[in-house]
Amino acid sequence: MALAKREPKNSGYDLGPQEMTGSEMIWESLLREGVQIVFGHPGGAILPAYDALAEYEADGRIHHVLVRHEQCAAHMADGFARATGDVGVCIVTSGPGATNLVTGLATAQMDSVPVVAITGQVPTSLLGTDAFQESDVVGVSQPVCKHNYLVTDIAELPLVMKEAFYIAREGRPGVVLVDICKDVQIESGTFRYDFEINLPGFEPWPEYSPDAVREAADLLNESERPLILAGHGIHLSNTSDELLQLVEKAGIPVVTTLLGTGNIPETHPLSLGMGGMHGEAFANQAVQACDVLVAMGMRFDDRITGRLDRFAANAKIIHFELDRAEVGKNIVPDVAVVGDLAETLPAFLPQVEERRHQEWVDTLNGWRSETDEADIIQFEVEELIPPFVIRQLWHATEQTEKRVIVVTDVGQHQMWESQYYIHEHAGMLLTSGGLGTMGYALPAALGAQMSDPEALVWCVAGDGGFQMTLQELATIQQEKLPVKIAIINNGFLGMVRQWQQIFYDKRYVGTPILSPDYVKLADAYDIPAAVVRHPSEVVPVLEQAHATDGPFLVDFQVKEEVNVYPMVAPGAAVDELIRRPKPGYVQGYSGVQPSW
Amino acid sequence: MQYTLVAWMRDKPGVLNRVSGMLRRRNFNIDSLQVSHSETPGISRMTFVVDGDERVADQVVKQLRKVVDVTAVEDITNRLAILRELALIRVRTTPATRGEIMQFAEIYRAQIVDVNAENLVVQAVGTEDKVDSLIELLRPFGIEEMVRTGRVALCRGDERPKRTKPATSIFKAAASLNGSGHGDPK
Repeated sequence: MALAKREPKNSGYDLGPQEMTGSEMIWESLLREGVQIVFGHPGGAILPAYDALAEYEADGRIHHVLVRHEQCAAHMADGFARATGDVGVCIVTSGPGATNLVTGLATAQMDSVPVVAITGQVPTSLLGTDAFQESDVVGVSQPVCKHNYLVTDIAELPLVMKEAFYIAREGRPGVVLVDICKDVQIESGTFRYDFEINLPGFEPWPEYSPDAVREAADLLNESERPLILAGHGIHLSNTSDELLQLVEKAGIPVVTTLLGTGNIPETHPLSLGMGGMHGEAFANQAVQACDVLVAMGMRFDDRITGRLDRFAANAKIIHFELDRAEVGKNIVPDVAVVGDLAETLPAFLPQVEERRHQEWVDTLNGWRSETDEADIIQFEVEELIPPFVIRQLWHATEQTEKRVIVVTDVGQHQMWESQYYIHEHAGMLLTSGGLGTMGYALPAALGAQMSDPEALVWCVAGDGGFQMTLQELATIQQEKLPVKIAIINNGFLGMVRQWQQIFYDKRYVGTPILSPDYVKLADAYDIPAAVVRHPSEVVPVLEQAHATDGPFLVDFQVKEEVNVYPMVAPGAAVDELIRRPKPGYVQGYSGVQPSW
Repeated sequence: MQYTLVAWMRDKPGVLNRVSGMLRRRNFNIDSLQVSHSETPGISRMTFVVDGDERVADQVVKQLRKVVDVTAVEDITNRLAILRELALIRVRTTPATRGEIMQFAEIYRAQIVDVNAENLVVQAVGTEDKVDSLIELLRPFGIEEMVRTGRVALCRGDERPKRTKPATSIFKAAASLNGSGHGDPK
């Protein structure tokens, strides 16, 4: 699953320089990068490439997944990439095809997901003339890409393709877009792929400083109340095992970010789960009370830090991070260890003393016992509330021997999933953390399932986000993918409604949302489906979904106005949180006005 | 405070746009930006004047280095450097004022590069302070048109930036500036 420093899978494929068209070069490059699946939508300016694809599809070397909207091609490539750790590839036409990609590319880039996007462009002779379906794709996508290219000369194409994959994959992963003029796809030229990459300005793997590691270890060894804040970087560098060793050796509790969910098993006694805006109170209290905070592979996003000047105010901060620009961007650490966690963690581990920190752990466990999380998960619920649904989903998937991947959309259900689903390992949850893209879940789940047809993939979405990309149900059916879909349907854009309730005096403007009959909708796509209205129906329907070979859709018609708690208001410090109202969260909630 | 940064980048279409786009979207405050050829064919040199604190300058350096086509970045603020700007200033003249204007120009070692009956063009070279003060002197006569290049900089002798190695992080200096808190100093 590591993204780090992979050798191209098909490097033995190289047959030396060959004459071919630009279109063939695209596919030959992909083969050499180990790409077998691409997500795309054809159109005029990319037609030569699609024509050349016929040969590669015919003998099964490349499989093309036809999407119903280009945004979803990017999300699928993103889901594929997150599930495999390899580069996801999408291919679309010029103009609207390319501009439709942008949301998906921004989503992947914000979450450091390696994606290569190939877009057709009008012929070089028409560039800049406002030709039919022309758009300045390099200009439009630049702010949301790690790098991008416009190819106007066939001689450059092979090197650009190789650089694109190199840049997307190496170091902190990201998105690279290659915009290829139509005449370049048609022309012939010499293809070779044995270039040495020469990018003097690209420093993907900065060398770490052993002194900084030493300093970090000294600081940690003196700590009485240490805490680790582990982010996506742990998963990206495949260092969950090293993290666990560190945690157990030095007795350090762990809080994760949303994308760091499962970095250590959430059943581990030292796991405090997710922190930040909707983290458990004890996780945020731990951040505020610790004396040394070891941040690993994370970027101090505002959703995790809350009010910056009061974040971890009692702590010295150690920041392990690959991307130098993240050091000091939001939080200035006391010690920064810049480098690949796969190198810095193994160097750090032997220098860290064995400790137990019993007093600190006892304090945290005391806070943990004060949480009312238990109220919900052990409650005999009379109404169908989302936390109950999520917890039952976890029970149901826990029993399978298959690899489980949960893909969430954005909003309340996403937070409930991170709170009530128990993640056993990193990479179990795929979600749009940075950009917060509604409509992400269904296409990303599809991309994840494409990468591993044997996996049990659950798409969990709200009724709002699901309706943004539900056209991809057709793609699921066309590809015969067994994706399971749970719609947490509460008739509102729930998270926005929650904010309106708390911060805008309950004026629900633009948030009540009508849904179609999802069972009928699924039926139209020939996808079996069920509706769940009562808690007693949850388990049998989940069993039915798992027993069904292909896809299955469940419309969970949950109680409408349920809020996600705890909640840190934007701009507040992470310990100034609104806790779950007591008692009887499940019997309905009448609203708490925050005191700030 | 003003920081002088120098960046070298591959001379390819769109590179200036990549750099200026990054500066804009990250909301950095750039006082001047100047781009030209460098001594190496295929490599352009950009000089930035950044307004902000040390943390902002540190971020600009780091974010610039993330732009793939940027090959090196140096903060030369604390180096001995020659800082220059060139200005061309068209000043309105009358037979009565022409002599005085030319005297001012001479004091500033500026040159008169164009003259006609109604105006003349002064070419001034120097630090921005010097150019600013000359402009203030000329303003009462009536400045009809003006162009300034923005700051260019070259380090003296041994102070030359070592472009082979990336600049080291200055986060520690920034941390000490910030006292015990970790957050935004504002």
